[in-house]
Amino acid sequence: MLNYIIKRLAIAVPTLLVLIIISFLLMHAAPGGPFTSERAVPPEVLANLEAKYGLNEPLYKQIATYVYNVVFHFDFGPSFVYKDRTVNEIIAQGFPITLKYGAIAFVLAVLIGVTLGVFAAIYHNSWLDYLAVGVSIGAQVLPNFVMAPILVLIFTLWLGWLPGGGWQGGQWQFLVMPVIALATSYMASIARITRSSMLEVLNSNHIRTATAKGLPTHTVILRHALKPAMLPVISYLGPTFVSMITGSVVIDMYFSTGGIGLWFVNSALNRDYSVMMGITILIGVLTISFNLLVDLLYAWIDPRIRY
Amino acid sequence: MKTNLLLSAALALALAMPAGAQTTEINGETLAEEQVFIYRILDDIKSFDPQINTDVSGSEIMRDLFEGLMNDAPDGSQVPGAATEYTLSDDKTVYTFTLRDAQWSNGEPVTAGDFVYAWRRLADPAFASEYSWYMELMGVQNAAAVIAGDMPTDQLGVRAVDDKTFEVTLDKPLPYFPSMLTHASTFPVPEAVVEELGSDWTKPGNLVGNGAYVLTEYSPGERVVRERNPLYWDDENTIIERTVTLVINDENQALTRYLAGELHKTEVPAGQYPRLSRELPDEAYSFPRSCSYIYWFNQNENGPEALKDLRVRQALSYAINRQVIVENVLQGGQSESYNFTHHATAGFEMPEIDYANWTQAERDARAQELLAEAGYGPDNPLSVTINYNTDEAHERIAIAISQFWKQTLGVETQLANVEWKVHLENLQNGEYEIARYAWCGDYNEASTYLDLMTSYSDHNVSGWSDTEYDGLMAESKTMENPSANYTAAEKILAANMPFAPIYQYTGVYMMKPELRGWPVENLLQNWYSRDLYMVASE
Repeated sequence: MLNYIIKRLAIAVPTLLVLIIISFLLMHAAPGGPFTSERAVPPEVLANLEAKYGLNEPLYKQIATYVYNVVFHFDFGPSFVYKDRTVNEIIAQGFPITLKYGAIAFVLAVLIGVTLGVFAAIYHNSWLDYLAVGVSIGAQVLPNFVMAPILVLIFTLWLGWLPGGGWQGGQWQFLVMPVIALATSYMASIARITRSSMLEVLNSNHIRTATAKGLPTHTVILRHALKPAMLPVISYLGPTFVSMITGSVVIDMYFSTGGIGLWFVNSALNRDYSVMMGITILIGVLTISFNLLVDLLYAWIDPRIRY
Repeated sequence: MKTNLLLSAALALALAMPAGAQTTEINGETLAEEQVFIYRILDDIKSFDPQINTDVSGSEIMRDLFEGLMNDAPDGSQVPGAATEYTLSDDKTVYTFTLRDAQWSNGEPVTAGDFVYAWRRLADPAFASEYSWYMELMGVQNAAAVIAGDMPTDQLGVRAVDDKTFEVTLDKPLPYFPSMLTHASTFPVPEAVVEELGSDWTKPGNLVGNGAYVLTEYSPGERVVRERNPLYWDDENTIIERTVTLVINDENQALTRYLAGELHKTEVPAGQYPRLSRELPDEAYSFPRSCSYIYWFNQNENGPEALKDLRVRQALSYAINRQVIVENVLQGGQSESYNFTHHATAGFEMPEIDYANWTQAERDARAQELLAEAGYGPDNPLSVTINYNTDEAHERIAIAISQFWKQTLGVETQLANVEWKVHLENLQNGEYEIARYAWCGDYNEASTYLDLMTSYSDHNVSGWSDTEYDGLMAESKTMENPSANYTAAEKILAANMPFAPIYQYTGVYMMKPELRGWPVENLLQNWYSRDLYMVASE
């Protein structure tokens, strides 16, 4: 097991390096730059700007300097567009925000989704099943860019219960709508995956044996069915968790949370190279880590899997 | 020559400003107990440093946190700011400003040295400000050479004669120089603080300004809060205690939050002005704003042959039914445009432009004739591409125009939209046929528009140039009253049609009925929190 982990971590290093190089090249290949603006900057001023940010160096040199600073100084450089701030500052400020609402939304989505899915499977083809399937399909067809304005219309404009946006340190009033808007469609997917996987497990031999030897239904479900039924759910949860905690551009945009989801998209549109690289690397590291975690969880859940 | 600005300022203040912070009534209206102003901006603030900021929404905040030599009065004219008066040398190139006794928000006096420091900083190639060219535009002596790194920054034409006297030397006379001084990039910064804290000096708690407000909170992507500065020289006439800027990316979401009472001011989303002004007549406003919307015709070498023919450019421009665009597409009180300079620009006399006075039927008929003369018709149809940056309003305008061209002239039009940065890159490289563009005035004078079309302008991407035009603009710089030259320049543009003017902007806003003091007459929309106040709602 330990060997396996070390091996996976060793592969992660070249993976990240390739990610950095490809992102860097793609970004620089896009037309326009951080200083392209409506007020065309005169050539001599542009030269001064490029010199200041090292953009006048050849690309390979820029990449090397960048990797060196990241690895040895943990310095992701200054933002080219938000000039008062460094990339480290932007991520340190924005990531805790998306982490907070993303993690809460994740927990909610998993709890409700799994519960819905399990009940739908146990009471297969009953009204409860139809209700659960109905709810999850309803939630699935309401993507967050539809959910967000609807929530604001109801809770802010009509009822006046919740503020229409902002963060204010993440007080609960500011969390409710982002969490609901983000969790809904994930919850629906989790419910559907759980239901179908649970149905399959409930029809398998070992469950039939457990039921035949007279175990009570809740023991059969909780002790024998739930764990194997979770395998496909967990493989879905790994990448889902990462994309939820690194924020959603829609949530950040509608609710003005200040999270990094919007920073990521804006940095691409603004050609804010350093911010875009910083967030790309953050997402890369998280994705690699959680994929590893998911694989380890597999081994724990399914005794047949051995590394 | 000595201009006493204090007198006119006092008059403007008496007319426009409330009488004192302690008063509970102004113009017979009771002041609201809570004096807080909350408004929306589209994107986060890029910098709180006056010499780094490049955004309009950033400048709004700069004007609260700092104060330049001059301020804009609510009517758009200039009144004294950090300077009480100035004298101009006989050759009209040396301005000497007398600074008022004012303090930075840390209690230190504001000195001429702070202005010298800020202006050199703006031009310094090592500092690399994106707005350093503004120093050149103002004509400050040696600005170009300093920016290019050919001269040290201490050769810039600015000098602190003593702590209270700031002197600026220009390369040549520039009659509208004082009106350029309300621009945020010319605001002073406290040298000692900036040198001590480096780039951290703009963080809340560190930032020291000489404006009517101090920065108290900045939550990136969410809000900026500034509160009244008790050390400001005119604090007793300030009423708003706190101004809050909310970053709301989606304009419809901003409108919902405005309607829910979370904001006092927001923009009206495109196309919604007629409905909102019907439903909320006391809250929907539309007033002139200094920007002009045009379609460039590419006449560069790599541009299409057809557009190098004046008759084709004229035909395309004439066939645009601007009335339909303004009244049916935009619907926000914008005005049809047949010239470049915004019609409400100070001192600008609208020239007689022939096709502006024709009916649309006459324009269409003339357009058909011209295009036929140029050799295009059913046998040889003209085909063009309109480039624009992805945006719903630009798209609707492009669709309307392609329809006018199709119906009136039989011209086939392709629409090509790209993201903003790519659009700018294409413009600057001359890689387009016909492209959407808008120019907003930096100051309230016609040259902010007309300079753009000189052959030596970095912004003239059309490839068109005219020596007579260049001559008129060069000459206008030193004239006491350049109006005649501006009129002549506009006529040259109308006759040569390097671009098709489409419409001129209005600011279209929702503002709560309790909000008072908004400078609706200020064409540049330069507003200051200290001019605003809230009255008690009935």
